[in-house]
Amino acid sequence: MANKTDKENEAEATAQANGTEAAGAEGDGQTLDMPTSDATELSFSFTSYEAGDYDHDELGLEDDQLLAMYRNMLLQRRFEERAAQMYGKQKIAGFLHLYIGQEAVSTGAANALAIGQDSVITAYRDHGIALALGMTANECMAELFGRIDGCSRGKGGSMHFFDAEKNFFGGHGIVGGHIPVGVGIAFAHKYKGDDGACLTFFGDGAVGQGAFHEAANLASLYDLPVVLIVENNQYAMGTAAHRAFADPDFYKQAIPYDMPSSVVNGMDVLACYKAFSEHLAMAHDNQPSLLEVRTYRYRGHSMSDPAKYRTKEELESKKNDDPIIRLKQYLIERDLSDNEALDAIDEEVKQEVLDSVDFADESDFPPLETIYDDVYVQDDYPFLA
Amino acid sequence: MPEMQLREAIRAAMVEEMERDDEIFLMGEEVAEYNGAYKVSEGMLDQFGAKRVIDTPISENGFAGLGIGAALNGLRPIIEFMTWNFSFVAIDQLINNAAKIRYMSGGQFKIPIVFRGPNGAAGQLAATHNTSVEAIYSYFPGLKVISISNPDDAYGLLKSAIRDDDPVVFLESELMYGMKGEVEQDPERLIPIGKARIAREGEDVTIVAHNKSYHIAMEVAERLAEDGYSAEVIDPRTIRPFDFETVIESVKKTNRCVVIDESNPFGSVASEVAFQLQERAFDWLDAPIRRITAKDVPAPYAKNLIDYYMPQADDAYEACKQVMYVS
Amino acid sequence: MAIAVEMPKMSDTMEEGVLVAWLAEEGDEVSAGDVIAQVETDKATMDLEVYDDGVLLKKVIDEGDAVPIGGLIAVLGDADEDPSDVLAEYQGGNGEAEEDEAEAAASEADAQQDAAAAPSGDGAPTVEPTPPERTGTNGRIKASPLARRLAEEHGIELASVDGSGPEGRIVKRDIEAAIERPPAEKEEAAPPPAVAEEAAYQRPAEVAAVQEEQLYETERISQMRKTIARRLAQSKYTAPHFYLTIDLAMERAIAFRKQLNELAEQQDRAKVSYNDLVTKACAVALRQHPEVNASYLEQEGEIRQYRQVHVGVAVAIDDGLVTPVIRNADQKGLAQIAEETQALAAKARDRTLQPDEMEGSTFTTSNLGMFGIEEFTAIINPPNACILAIGAIRDEAVVKDGEVVPGKRMKVTLSCDHRVVDGAVGARFLASLRHYLEEPMNMLL
Repeated sequence: MANKTDKENEAEATAQANGTEAAGAEGDGQTLDMPTSDATELSFSFTSYEAGDYDHDELGLEDDQLLAMYRNMLLQRRFEERAAQMYGKQKIAGFLHLYIGQEAVSTGAANALAIGQDSVITAYRDHGIALALGMTANECMAELFGRIDGCSRGKGGSMHFFDAEKNFFGGHGIVGGHIPVGVGIAFAHKYKGDDGACLTFFGDGAVGQGAFHEAANLASLYDLPVVLIVENNQYAMGTAAHRAFADPDFYKQAIPYDMPSSVVNGMDVLACYKAFSEHLAMAHDNQPSLLEVRTYRYRGHSMSDPAKYRTKEELESKKNDDPIIRLKQYLIERDLSDNEALDAIDEEVKQEVLDSVDFADESDFPPLETIYDDVYVQDDYPFLA
Repeated sequence: MPEMQLREAIRAAMVEEMERDDEIFLMGEEVAEYNGAYKVSEGMLDQFGAKRVIDTPISENGFAGLGIGAALNGLRPIIEFMTWNFSFVAIDQLINNAAKIRYMSGGQFKIPIVFRGPNGAAGQLAATHNTSVEAIYSYFPGLKVISISNPDDAYGLLKSAIRDDDPVVFLESELMYGMKGEVEQDPERLIPIGKARIAREGEDVTIVAHNKSYHIAMEVAERLAEDGYSAEVIDPRTIRPFDFETVIESVKKTNRCVVIDESNPFGSVASEVAFQLQERAFDWLDAPIRRITAKDVPAPYAKNLIDYYMPQADDAYEACKQVMYVS
Repeated sequence: MAIAVEMPKMSDTMEEGVLVAWLAEEGDEVSAGDVIAQVETDKATMDLEVYDDGVLLKKVIDEGDAVPIGGLIAVLGDADEDPSDVLAEYQGGNGEAEEDEAEAAASEADAQQDAAAAPSGDGAPTVEPTPPERTGTNGRIKASPLARRLAEEHGIELASVDGSGPEGRIVKRDIEAAIERPPAEKEEAAPPPAVAEEAAYQRPAEVAAVQEEQLYETERISQMRKTIARRLAQSKYTAPHFYLTIDLAMERAIAFRKQLNELAEQQDRAKVSYNDLVTKACAVALRQHPEVNASYLEQEGEIRQYRQVHVGVAVAIDDGLVTPVIRNADQKGLAQIAEETQALAAKARDRTLQPDEMEGSTFTTSNLGMFGIEEFTAIINPPNACILAIGAIRDEAVVKDGEVVPGKRMKVTLSCDHRVVDGAVGARFLASLRHYLEEPMNMLL
């Protein structure tokens, strides 16, 4: 911030004077509290949640729950594939950011939190977490179609899914802009003492925004029940992380804000579940933390992004890590299911998504008069021109 | 009725509301330990404790957004900007989050929050610390904007703003914090948002002015009275929703209007008033509507220049005489 | 639903048209593109085409009736269809068109309001039809909106009120003063419209008993007559005219024309008239004197000097006067000017001139020489700055080299709009004209 008025300077001077006084009181003879060179040798520890390290029994997940997670990840995948088709058919317009490849993150997180007690806020790539939280394919597809039965009554579209009942505080369009809001949601949980915590998701690109740093500092300063989650899909739009950040190891961003940090392989839903569970536990103890999720986005940034900045080989190699294939192998290897049963789930999910397209198509466009709805809380606001 | 300084009236409103409702908290730079950069929140930390009167780092973007999140999740924050100039660091939060989340969620959430602090010019502070923001924030449907000119209105309107379920931008004035006025203090005294005050009745010309400009208007009305003309002075008090009806009724009587507005002229509050009048009271206008605003430049530093930059009582007086065809 | 045939807009300046002749009868089948009537506009007689197929169910107006643009002329439909719906919609035809437009505007506003819907409250304001702009002799009257409304409410003509505001703007107090004036004074200042409808003169008592039709014949004022009256009155009242006359020696012009016409005959081309020579001479001189090839445009606040020279040639026809235009006359040869002028004059007499053939002149000539008129002054054809009145070629004794010899002389008189052309400017133009007409070979240089 730039220049301040005299009164502000006066305020700062006072604060500084107090600080100096405190340092002097320690009686080390120095007027300034100078760090010694020994003390500057920083140590930093973080947890790494690797893929393949976890067993669902040990994590306390029932077999049925694991199958439900599989189904949910598949629902996200099929939903978005169909959405991409509908975009081509011009049923959907504007932005359509796909989450394909990142489903283990949303499903892992949604199974770790207490829906309705804890809260979630995310950026514009929000279809996956919405479906993971139990929002229906119908209301989501209808929102993409811009219809009255959409989860935001056709007002938000792809980037702005919301569900108040599930404490889902929305998808947000301005990179980083919602991070302070997530911290504020956490602030309210703590203020009210309702035992909730807020999962605040954002992409790697948002770390470049001041809003992230201000919010991280405030979260730590006020000991807020928040998990700041960097979904590092390696690309901020078309810019690879190493080209945009002096240090692309985002988990280290916890250092200046003095909070615990972890990094998790986002292609393994069990690792994700574990990481989210542990970070939520910290949050419930009013310990904010940073969680970097390493994941991979198979699609371009948005429908208009040809993703030429990645090679085919790169894309193919990552597809072998596909979180859905990984879980499928796990289920078969552990004899929890078989190909036939899993194919049946796929067929069921595909039908659910097709039905959602029909539902969206049959839903009405919002009546024109609803354009004036929900600008303000009060029923009537004739002052809008 | 007791006399109070403007800062005391604002404090009284906050204190009474916080006593009434535990979900209200005050957050901002220097609001707690330092008792407020302008001593508006003096004593509030002692009364309410650190949970509810909270100092922040110099992170407007962060704490403005935090307030919005807290409001989304059921609290009723009062966020103080040390001056509204610094709100520009947080403008994404006000414009994209406070004003729009309710709408784009299809009405699922409300954001009962008050952003408040001193607005407009305050002397030789140079360009970045002398901005009037009312036209900027009034531009965005979803926000309400209040700008007060005296302790009594500040008291009654801030209480209404805190109780309002929508985000409210509440504009005070550094130069007026020490100004005294009678305040009708009563915990349930709410001045409705969106209702103008006819401060002085008159027949010959309507002067519309808010915040500091209101005081210029009253001075001009006095001078006109000495000349034998009666000016009607209207303080809109709320910029959005603006009480155009009161202004239109007045102009239908006087047939002339001068707006004094500390904003830069382009797209200012004065512009909107003039537009509404020509649209809704065209056949009652006997003269073009005049506006007296800040000069259309960034605020300069030098004493003579900043004085010239501000709306001038002499210009407003001349404009009134011109529209009455008596100059 | 039957189809309405409305009065179309056939020229830029047309406000109403007179149905001159019906070319179809009720019950006739017509197809899109058929001409069902002729309409006289302010400029010419035009064909009225229909755009739909059907049977002409009803002629709504009679020959000779004037209808404003958009007014109902006829109704088409199926043979057994009832035209009364359409008739009801237009309710008596004429005059209603404007109201329809107003209604359309209002219903559009309603639609906007509907879209704005209840929660928005005031929404779009109702659009009221704008009253026609009042114009005085000197263009637009400046009045505050309030003054206009008060004047209308109290039946006061704004033109009768002096404005006391800046630039003569009429403001509230001026209207209030007019309201307070004694009624007699008011009437004088602003006769109510009804007065104008009464007889324009008082008949002598002794003839009052005689049947009116024995006293005079009446004829409707034709559209053309109205246009001539309006334009020339406007010109004479607003443009301060002054006149410059010169007497030209025409011997060489006569010889030159003779030579030309011998050639024209050999080549089977149109003969060149004296008038064509003058047209060409004027055009070449105008090129040299752009200040004469100009318009004084008060409303636009500018004087316009045209880059092209279009010479209007006044042509007398049976019941009036039209002015076809020779475009870019300075660049055309005499033969071409002659051919065009003849063709246009013929069309003028047949009443088939198209509006664009009469528009856009930058200068005009008027020739009464063929009637033996030696000299006369013409009224400027607005928005021109000047008009040249051409007299007859006379045999006259002239003094040449100290001797009296027979001479051929022609007088021309230039009427100038003093707002744009001063005396010396007009005189210099006439000097050039003399240069070209007294030695036509100069035009070829």
